[in-house]
Amino acid sequence: MTKDEKLFNSGVLTQSRPGAELPPTELWNKKKNGLVIIECPQQIPCNPCYSSCPTGAVLPFNKIIDVPRIDYTKCIGCSLCVATCPGLACFVVDLTYGSEEEALMKLPYEMLPRPEIGEQVNCLNRIGEVVAQGKVVDINEPRKDCTLVVHVVVPNDLVNEIRAVRVVK
Amino acid sequence: MGWIKEHPVLEFSHKKKVKFVFDGKDLEGYEGEPIAAALHANGVTTYRKTKRMDRDRGFFCAIGKCSSCFMVVDGVPNVRTCVTALKEGMNVETQHGDGQVALLDERKRR
Amino acid sequence: MRETELLVVGGGPAGLSAAVEAASHGCEVMVVDSDLALGGQLIKQTHKFFGSESERAGTRGFKIAEILLDELGQLKGKVEVLTNTTAESYYRGDGVVGCMTDEDNYWFVKPKKIVNATGASEKILPFPNNDLPGVYGAGAIQTLMNVYGVVPGKKVLMVGAGNIGLVVSYQLLQAGVDVVGIVEFLPNISGYWVHAAKVRRLGVPVLLKHTITRAIGENKVEGAYIQAVDDNNQLMGEPQKIDCDIICMSVGLSPTVDLLWQAGCKMMYVPELCGYVARRDNQMRTSNADIWAAGDAHGIEEASAAMVEGRIAGLGAAHSLDHVDRVQFGERLGMFWQRLDNLRAGATGEKIRCGVGKCTCQAWEVD
Repeated sequence: MTKDEKLFNSGVLTQSRPGAELPPTELWNKKKNGLVIIECPQQIPCNPCYSSCPTGAVLPFNKIIDVPRIDYTKCIGCSLCVATCPGLACFVVDLTYGSEEEALMKLPYEMLPRPEIGEQVNCLNRIGEVVAQGKVVDINEPRKDCTLVVHVVVPNDLVNEIRAVRVVK
Repeated sequence: MGWIKEHPVLEFSHKKKVKFVFDGKDLEGYEGEPIAAALHANGVTTYRKTKRMDRDRGFFCAIGKCSSCFMVVDGVPNVRTCVTALKEGMNVETQHGDGQVALLDERKRR
Repeated sequence: MRETELLVVGGGPAGLSAAVEAASHGCEVMVVDSDLALGGQLIKQTHKFFGSESERAGTRGFKIAEILLDELGQLKGKVEVLTNTTAESYYRGDGVVGCMTDEDNYWFVKPKKIVNATGASEKILPFPNNDLPGVYGAGAIQTLMNVYGVVPGKKVLMVGAGNIGLVVSYQLLQAGVDVVGIVEFLPNISGYWVHAAKVRRLGVPVLLKHTITRAIGENKVEGAYIQAVDDNNQLMGEPQKIDCDIICMSVGLSPTVDLLWQAGCKMMYVPELCGYVARRDNQMRTSNADIWAAGDAHGIEEASAAMVEGRIAGLGAAHSLDHVDRVQFGERLGMFWQRLDNLRAGATGEKIRCGVGKCTCQAWEVD
């Protein structure tokens, strides 16, 4: 087992693969409100990303075990899938936000303490290491089901690493 | 150990707090919840001692299947405390070995 | 002696679904459950379920339990519920079931039909001191923490990275408990990859090809030793000491089938279903024409599948009691099987498909 395989087998994405791909750079760079990244590389019987998508950006599943495929031209970065996905595997990244060095990430959050707008939070990578500090600019709860979508401003060169936030009080 | 004060998803609706006695000590727990849960919240982890090896036994399956949490409750041994509801004034004791079954008339007198 | 049309043994996802299905067709149902409250393992699940909309994907497990209990409540006239009641014995001669309510009230019921939805019990690994208080089943931790709101401990070592181990690790973090690591004997997590990713990004280490070798402590757990295993599954390297006060075992479950043995159902050992299960036909009926089996009691699987199995068993029992006509029975059976096939599709469902295939027979010669 290579080191990469070992990491992947323990739940850490190491490279893009079907069901866990990045949006096309050119579109991504200019898409206001952001585009979704879904990291769901294993065939499991699940499709709420598709059924919750209001624009049809998550393409219809042939079989329920298909990994998600996305038509990025239709994605409006609304983050409904972020709030719905049972695996918390959807993240929206808006590269047009703020200054050149900044980006906005919309991340799912189901822990305590609850973040507050304006607060600095720890940004965690896929193995829970603190890689940056981010500023919370918005929080919502689209499904009113305790899954928060936290909008956090992060360094834009880390959008492919940051996958969670931790609130430190 | 105590009870969870705040949870991101769940709300706990406990009934009223009641007093009970564990091995002579006064403790508090929530009425209607398992005796074992109340003991755990009070930091009690040993519920019985085994017959031959005198080993500690505590919580294990929580669904009344494994017999690890047998205790003497109001004089009755081998009570599955993980599925027996706590009531005000209960007398809960660590069980040693198989426990002694009180004679029926003795129980009535108590 | 008490009588009922259908006795459902177990009020978890499968049993509740069977009860709702049967009662909705007009069947008189009695549900007995050994726990203090209905809902089985479903009420302990804080995560959102997978599947499709028909399986309530995206809804948290305990919310699904609330929905089922609500449906049951609306069928009040048809359904009687007895909690803190264990169905303990089946008398083959006359089909009478002996039940124990509390610790000392033994009584009998004569049902026309039975759905056995008794769930499963947890397995444990052999290692020194595995009997110390503080070595708990994962389901027990969930009960303590998610049903009764008790803090289970400070630092937890999770043993096993199947869906239960991964989900309970996440739930422990939600309750503010530290998970110091997850050890997994296999070279990969066996639960859903996304469940693992969720706890990994919150900093929980997952140690593949590792196992627990000893619990440390006199009267309760004060730590543990873990060690790596090589490709021949032999221990290698030095044991590593872990600081923890809880060792949570999520190393599998085995179906609870005591009543089915007593009832003389044809049983079969199916490794893919994690133990002995009853042979069934496609409506979940066992070789005893009065007994159906559904849910984890017929092989360890996700709760979503248990709910559909329960529906099928409830439908089958109601049909056998002439509450459902042939056409409706056929239609609903087909619909439920399609949902079940969906849930069992793909690589993650391969094991269960194989297991179910082994013990399913075309049709019993009954009626």
